[in-house]
Amino acid sequence: MSNQTLNVFMPVAIMMVIAALLFGGALLAAYLLSPSKPGGNKDLPYECGEEPVGSAWSMFNVRFYVVGLIFIIFDVESVLMFPVAAIFKKMNELGNGTYILIIFLSFISVLLEGIAYCWKKGDLDWVKSFSRTTKTK
Amino acid sequence: MENTIAGYFLNFPIFQAIAETLGVGLTAFLIFFAFAGLFTVILATVGGFGTIAERKISADLQARIGPNRVGPYGLFQLIADGIKMISKEDIMPRSADKFLYYLAPFLCIFGVLCTVAVMPFSKNLILSDLNVGVFYAIAISSLVGVGIFLGGYASNSKWSLLGGMRGASQIISYEIPVTLTIMMIVVIAGGLSFNTLVEAQAGMPWNWYIFHNPFTFIGFFVFFISTLAETNRAPFDLPEAESELVSGYHTEYTGIRFGLFALAEYIEIFVVSAVSVSLFLGGYQLPFNILEGTLPNELLQFGSLFLKTCALYYVVIWVRWTFPRLRVDQLMSICWKYLTPIAIFNLVGTAIWVVAFDGQSMFQLFFGSGAH
Repeated sequence: MSNQTLNVFMPVAIMMVIAALLFGGALLAAYLLSPSKPGGNKDLPYECGEEPVGSAWSMFNVRFYVVGLIFIIFDVESVLMFPVAAIFKKMNELGNGTYILIIFLSFISVLLEGIAYCWKKGDLDWVKSFSRTTKTK
Repeated sequence: MENTIAGYFLNFPIFQAIAETLGVGLTAFLIFFAFAGLFTVILATVGGFGTIAERKISADLQARIGPNRVGPYGLFQLIADGIKMISKEDIMPRSADKFLYYLAPFLCIFGVLCTVAVMPFSKNLILSDLNVGVFYAIAISSLVGVGIFLGGYASNSKWSLLGGMRGASQIISYEIPVTLTIMMIVVIAGGLSFNTLVEAQAGMPWNWYIFHNPFTFIGFFVFFISTLAETNRAPFDLPEAESELVSGYHTEYTGIRFGLFALAEYIEIFVVSAVSVSLFLGGYQLPFNILEGTLPNELLQFGSLFLKTCALYYVVIWVRWTFPRLRVDQLMSICWKYLTPIAIFNLVGTAIWVVAFDGQSMFQLFFGSGAH
């Protein structure tokens, strides 16, 4: 890492330290000023005034994980597209506009293909319709 | 060093004199530290005033008066709120995951404040003009989503878990249209640093990227809607939907930790509005640069950015008090079936526009390049 890179990233590191300082300062002020009277039932999770039933860490709707998977695909794709987007203008000015456009569009077509596939499979629907699942079976 | 705030201030004689005694490295460090602190204080104040603005504007829209007891027009309400939050007991549910419970508010405030490191407040009042600025901003601000999810998960409360899960899926989903729309601007500007993006919009409002071509005009609205969802604002406030999930991911948080979540949310709205102003609405650019190259000009540019951002902030609050909340399935279909295809369409359209018209904007095409 060159000295130049260090200098440019130094404010980022300082900003991180300042953010941590703000957080720590607020917590310290609260620690000094706030009362601490543990006991009673106030450290039970809120469940509308009833005693909580079981743990909240239980099974969860699988749809959320599907959304996560689709996101990963699209995010990786867009990360790969950023370098192409960044040199797009320069390539166009150098007279290679059509060439870079074809590269860019082929990247986007992969993205489009992905979204079309997910759409066709019904992964973009939050509630998969009952009729569709019975039909495929 | 020339792309940073210290590089700018080291051109002034007084700082050169300091640099001679302390050395350039230490002076640069001190300048960075002072301005990072200054920006943090400004943003924390803005976030505090955001809570008042929210209550005042909502009161205005509903023909009420709103908070008016503390100070003139209730302006000191943020101090009262801050003192109240600091002096409340910090309770943690006994069955919570301690480490993650403490980590969650930190990630929220950390992710929001670190975005400020690349925010262009004016041409030179930018902590560091990273050559990957926009990319860095996207990356570091997604820590907020992690914070919200962890806050919901670690509390071990059913309401929190529902809010956290919804928050995570919502924030990651809407990151796709946001990223694609930013990429559209990158294609036009030809660089990832914020100054490259804003410098290209210099001059009159018709040079702003929102008016560059029809696709960027649509793109601005795609970006705006997506950022509403990214910051969990109504009509996309499902993670903390107060009428169905008590308070969502921060149900179990009390005192200062809840306050930090709220502060992070209001600062995030400001930061995200500032990013959309920088990308589409000309950022810090003034129509006339009379005082070019002087310090007052920097302050004017800062004012320009601040005014536009506050206008956008007003719209965000206005939207919140106008539209009803969406259902989860509507939220997901808006993101994946409408915004993402529209964003891809915009990206394709812009790429073809740039190649076909050699990067010229609509107004340059209509009025010749004299419209600069």
